[in-house]
Amino acid sequence: MMPSGDRSAESGEGLNRPAENASLLEVENLRVTFGGTAAVRGISLKVEKGETHCLVGESGCGKSVTSLAVMGLLARGGKREAERLAFAGTDIRNYGEREMSRLRGDRMAMIFQEPMTSLNPAYTVGSQMTEVLRRHRGTPRAQAVDRAAELLGRVGITAPGLRLGQYPHQLSGGLRQRVMIAMALMCDPELLIADEPTTALDVTVQAQILRLLAGIQKELGLGILLITHDLGVVARIADRVSVMYAGEVVESGPTAELFGDPQHPYTRGLLTCIPVPGKVKRDEPLGSIPGIVPRIPPGYVGCAFRDRCPHAHAECSGEIPRRAAGPGHEVLCTLPAGWPEGRMGRQAA
Amino acid sequence: MSGAPAIEVRGLRRVFHVRQGLFAPPRQVVAVDDVSFAVPAGSVLGVVGESGCGKSTLARMILGLLPPSAGEVLVDGRRLSEMDRRARARLIQPVFQDPFSSLNPRRRVRDIVAMPLVAQGSISRAEIARRVEESLSRVGLSTEQGTRFPSQLSGGQRQRVAIARALVLRPRIVVCDEPTSALDVSVQAQILNLLAELRRELGLTYLFISHNLAVVEHVASEVAVMYLGRIVETNESEALFAEPRHPYTRALLASVLTPEPGLGVPDVGLGDTMPDPANIPGGCRFHPRCPLAFERCPVEAPRTTPNGAGFVECHLAETA
Repeated sequence: MMPSGDRSAESGEGLNRPAENASLLEVENLRVTFGGTAAVRGISLKVEKGETHCLVGESGCGKSVTSLAVMGLLARGGKREAERLAFAGTDIRNYGEREMSRLRGDRMAMIFQEPMTSLNPAYTVGSQMTEVLRRHRGTPRAQAVDRAAELLGRVGITAPGLRLGQYPHQLSGGLRQRVMIAMALMCDPELLIADEPTTALDVTVQAQILRLLAGIQKELGLGILLITHDLGVVARIADRVSVMYAGEVVESGPTAELFGDPQHPYTRGLLTCIPVPGKVKRDEPLGSIPGIVPRIPPGYVGCAFRDRCPHAHAECSGEIPRRAAGPGHEVLCTLPAGWPEGRMGRQAA
Repeated sequence: MSGAPAIEVRGLRRVFHVRQGLFAPPRQVVAVDDVSFAVPAGSVLGVVGESGCGKSTLARMILGLLPPSAGEVLVDGRRLSEMDRRARARLIQPVFQDPFSSLNPRRRVRDIVAMPLVAQGSISRAEIARRVEESLSRVGLSTEQGTRFPSQLSGGQRQRVAIARALVLRPRIVVCDEPTSALDVSVQAQILNLLAELRRELGLTYLFISHNLAVVEHVASEVAVMYLGRIVETNESEALFAEPRHPYTRALLASVLTPEPGLGVPDVGLGDTMPDPANIPGGCRFHPRCPLAFERCPVEAPRTTPNGAGFVECHLAETA
C-alpha cells in the first residue's frame, strides 16, 4: 500500500518520489475489461500542466471508461491494468479507495455531462459546494461559504449569495454546469477531468461554458482532460487530441497538426461527416462512415476499423504498428504517410 | 397537386397552464405565441432555437398531436382541425429525436412499420406486407432486420425504422423533430444523407427542427429562428446564413463550433440571463440577453419587418 496522498507527505515518499518535471497525468498501456468485454485496449496519454488534452470518439469507444479508470471510479466488475498510471509523478496504480478519494475533488477534480444527476437534489448548492472544502481541508463553514461565493462569481454567476441557498432544480442547465465547475475548483485542483461537460447544453450556453473553462485554465494553470464526441469542441479548445476507436487511441497529436493532416481513415472519415456551414453544399451528401462500431472480443488482433475502412488490405488483420506521422503526431495504421485522399468519406450511406 | 403551400400556419398560439405548487395559482406558459408561416411544397423549412423556445410544441401542433389555443394549421390547403386522423396520417408523419423511446420495444420492426397501415383499417394483409417491405428497403434495412426487435438494432438503424414507419403511408410531409440529435456524428451523416435522398426521390416536404445550426444549414432551404415562442427571423437559408439580421440569429451562428483549430471559442455576446417561457420579458422578449438592446427594446415589442423572402422582428431592423 502506498503512503497516503497527503500533500505534505508526498514529497517524502521514497520509492515514489515525483520527478521535478513530471507530467500532470501519465497513462501508459491502460487496459480495462468488464467480464469478457475489452472496453479499453491499451491506451497511453499524457496531460501536462496548463494543457487541454481532448479524448474524442463516438459512443462506445471507451473514452468515458478511460476517464473513470484514471479516477478509480470504475463500476463493479471493471478490471484495470496499466504499465503506468501516475498523477504529478506519483504512481497511483495501487492507491486504495481511501487514498483515491483523498485525491478526487481535491487535486483531481471532475465535471460530468449532466449536472442534474451529479448534483444532489436534496441539498442546496451552498452545502454541496462547501462540503468539498470542509471534508478535504477541514475549512470552517463561514470561510468555505465565502470561497463558494467567490467561485460562483468567478464562473459568471450573478448574485452568488442567492444561488448558494437554492436547490439544483431551481437552476437552468447552464447555471448548474457553472455550479459544477465552481465546485470542482473549490480545492484548487491541478487536474480537471471533464466528461462531455457541454453536451447537454444549448449551443449558446456551450460556447459560454467553454470560454469560461478556457479562461479559468489560463488563470490557474490547470491541466484538463476533456472527453467529448464533438470535433468542433476539440478543434477550438484542445492543445492535444487523442482520437479513440473501439478502445484504442488510433491517432494522437497536437490539435493544429492533427486537424491539418489527419492520417487515420477513421479521423478523416469523422471530419467529413460534420456539416460545416459554407463547406458542403445543401443536398450534396455528407461524408459518412459505413457500418457500425464493432464489438471487440478479448484477444482481438488487428485493426478494429478494418471492416469499415475503404482502404483495408491484408496487413490490417495483423499487428498494427504505431507510426510517427509528424511532430508529436502518431497514428495506428498500416497505411503509409501521405496516403492519397481516395474516395474516403464521399460514399453514400 | 394543388398550388397551396404544403404547410401553412396562421396566428398559431399555444398556452400551457402550469402549477408550480399545490396551492400556488397556475401560471401561464405561452409556448408558441402568434406564429405564422408557409412552407412551399417540396422545400425544407428548418426551425432552430434553444431548448424551451417552443419548436417542439409547434411541431406537435402541426402534426395534430396538440390542439392549438388559437390560430390554425393548414396542411396541403386543408384545415388540419377538420381532417380525420386517418386522412391526416396519410398526409403528414413524424420522425422524433430519440429512436430508443419512440419505438415500441415489444414489437418487431416490421410490425412497428406496419402500424400506420393497420390503423388505416382498409388495407389487405398482403398489401401491408408488400408496402412494409418496400419501405424497409427504401431506408436501407433488410427483410431479416425487419424480424428483429428495436433493442437488437443500433441507434442509426432504429432511426431508419422510424423513417420507414413515417414513409409507409406515402405522406407528402414529414415533420422531423431533432432526428439526429441522439446519434453519433458518423451515423448522423448517414441519416441526413438518407433524408435528403428520400426527399428528392419522393418529392417530400420537411419541417426540420434542430438546435444544430450546421445541420439546418445543410438540409434546409428556408430557416425560421424561434425565440421564446415567436419566430424572430426567417429567410431563405443562404440569405439567413450570409446576412443574419436579428442579434439572436447572429449569436446562434457565432456559437457554432466548426472543426477549425486556432479559432478559439467565440464570445457569443449573450449575458447569463436564461430565457424562461413562464416569464417572458416585456417589450422585445430578447432584450435581457441582447448585446445591442437600447431604450426602446424593454418598452415596446418590435414590429415584423420584411427582409428578403422572410422577415425579422427587431427594432434595429425597423430603423435600418
